[in-house]
Amino acid sequence: MPSSPTWFATPADAAARLAGAGYLADGATATTAYLAGALEKPLLVEGPAGVGKTELAKAVARVSGAELVRLQCYEGLDEARALYEWNYKKQLLRIQSASVSREATATTTRAGAAEGWDESIFTEEFLLTRPLLTAIRREEPTVLLIDEVDKTDVEVEGLLLEVLSDFQVTIPELGTVSAARRPYVVLTSNATRELSEAVKRRCLYLHLDYPDAEREREIVTSQVPDLEERVAAQLVATITRLRELDLKKAPSIAESVDWARTLLALEIGDLDDAAITATLGVVLKHASDQARAVKELRLRA
Amino acid sequence: MSLVDRHIAFLEALRGAGMSVSLAEDLDAIRALRALEWDDRATVRAGYAATLVKKQSQRPTFDALFDVYFPRMVGDGAAALAAQESDGAGDAGAVRDNAEALAAFRDQVAEALAEGDEQALVELAAEMIARFGAMPGRGPGLSSWSAYTALQRVAPAELTDRILAALLAEGRAEDQARREAARRIGSFTALVEGDARRRIAEEKGPDHVANVAVRPAIDRLDFTAARKADLEEMRREIYPLARRLATRLTQEHHARRRGPLDFRRTVRASMSTGGVPLVTHHKPKRPHRTELVVLCDVSGSVANFAQFTLLLVYALRDQFEKVRAFTFIDHVHEVTGYFTPGADPGDVMADLAASTAYAALWGRTNYGRALVKFEEQYADALGPKSSLLILGDARSNYSDLHLDVLKRLAGSARHAWWLNPEHRRHWDTGDSAAGRYGEVVPMVECRNLTQLGELVHDLA
Repeated sequence: MPSSPTWFATPADAAARLAGAGYLADGATATTAYLAGALEKPLLVEGPAGVGKTELAKAVARVSGAELVRLQCYEGLDEARALYEWNYKKQLLRIQSASVSREATATTTRAGAAEGWDESIFTEEFLLTRPLLTAIRREEPTVLLIDEVDKTDVEVEGLLLEVLSDFQVTIPELGTVSAARRPYVVLTSNATRELSEAVKRRCLYLHLDYPDAEREREIVTSQVPDLEERVAAQLVATITRLRELDLKKAPSIAESVDWARTLLALEIGDLDDAAITATLGVVLKHASDQARAVKELRLRA
Repeated sequence: MSLVDRHIAFLEALRGAGMSVSLAEDLDAIRALRALEWDDRATVRAGYAATLVKKQSQRPTFDALFDVYFPRMVGDGAAALAAQESDGAGDAGAVRDNAEALAAFRDQVAEALAEGDEQALVELAAEMIARFGAMPGRGPGLSSWSAYTALQRVAPAELTDRILAALLAEGRAEDQARREAARRIGSFTALVEGDARRRIAEEKGPDHVANVAVRPAIDRLDFTAARKADLEEMRREIYPLARRLATRLTQEHHARRRGPLDFRRTVRASMSTGGVPLVTHHKPKRPHRTELVVLCDVSGSVANFAQFTLLLVYALRDQFEKVRAFTFIDHVHEVTGYFTPGADPGDVMADLAASTAYAALWGRTNYGRALVKFEEQYADALGPKSSLLILGDARSNYSDLHLDVLKRLAGSARHAWWLNPEHRRHWDTGDSAAGRYGEVVPMVECRNLTQLGELVHDLA
């Protein structure tokens, strides 16, 4: 196995250390998180919103004492925002000042002067590094989080390929920058768009789904320790029931934790029908979903 | 079979089931397995899944094949062997299957189901196939284990009441207990079927089972071959599919949004860089949206297909200027009104099914008559901006096809398409008029959700 830093020793170690950072991972998640470190391959995490995809990257950074470099993807993201950019305003000033000084020295040969600035404006001094290049060049352990990669345009995926497979960035004017130390790369996606085969091939894949009732209760009680055990059980049962319904947006883990906090803040000691009706807005955010839940759970009979 | 052989056979089976597993992923899987301990089956499964499965819809296929190629145990396993020895040599094997044994076994199953003891259920499923699913003495080439026989004899579904009583005693609400009982019996049935597959695989080699027992992923399943449970699952896939399509369409529209150069803004912006136009600015393009007229056959054979297509089209409503929908069997009925924004898909489906009666006069599919009626009553629906979409299998019970009417309808619309849920090789067989209609209106095969998604995407 590689000599560079091992992120986790075994899958069990991954599970234990992630749990220590407040991230309760199931067997598959822990195994995949371990593999991503051991094989030094990027990890593509897919799943519905709010099941802890981004949180996984943060937890890995926390437990290994690595710095988190985050690239938030959005529509219209381009090379200049993701990889690197030349500081052209500064370059323009350099050219202008060079031509001014050339006029001052008057009749030197033109070609020589022109080459003078051509060399000097493509150096480190004028390079603005963006998240991907930053993560590659860092000497310390780094977790690179490429968040919501499905929001970008297809062209950006092409841009990611070189980074994901070889951990290097080619800048035409400077040459190839290779990773001093391979970062732990996590890509997250809501699967609103199918990613290209090329990206998927280079990644390990993990699908995070809603957890089973037992794990969800552990998560809720670990995030909101003050919540009574009984209320937590009622809450998880209701959430499980809601997810079985045909909803536009099923409640996520993040929303069950929010709900737990709400119940705590309102000092509701028993999650009965009235309490559910009053706080349903915390977990269901479509009018049609709420109407359906009220009908199915027979809240206002 | 060595480990490498088995690994390669497993990958071949995955490819055979329609998953694209590249050589690079193959090598990744090997590297992952080398980094993992082999003592836990779940870990090995997770390692394989992380490196080979890159799409969640393929996961059920993967799991089924993994169980076949890397079975949980061989034969009756170590536990059963130990139990037999402790029973004493006398009755082991001999009195394994009689009425008394069956009753005792059913008690055990009911107990385990009521307690929800997963581990016990796994073991009971294996025992059930061993005792009640065996069909010894069958000819070569026929499998000697049957989940069907075992399930018929033990009949776990008839245990519902006992489980229900136990769950109610735990203090659960009536309907909640009923759902839970149904869920447990369902998962136990799946366990039994899985165990039968495992035994058959052991006997005849995994490749045989991989070929016959694994169903295609839900988005590749034919509409016409879908069972009731599959239809339910498909319906749940419609909204996520619509969301994916909408995102894709919006992105593509945005990519094409850049219109001609906006000279004024470009020059203005260049002022900040000393008159050098580093960034160009463009005028926005006017978006173009299609008006859609959907005409669908809702007779029994293709009703599901029509409903899915209508739901998908309506979920994407804001991508179209206007959508009007009509259903027909031998008469035309407008159903645009059933699709209100934010309506529940389940209710819409129920309303649609109820309204089928309006679309039929005699109840026998007649495309010709439906087209004539459509032209008589709703000719105004079609205009130079609208696209006509016809859904159906073009099986018209040998009646008059009225090709001239279809020609006129297609002529008055901007575009016209015909989506046929049948496999291309069934076209023009029996009473299908696919070829003749296809000459007037371009006909496309649309058999599963993936194809449907692509077609609807191209429409918008």
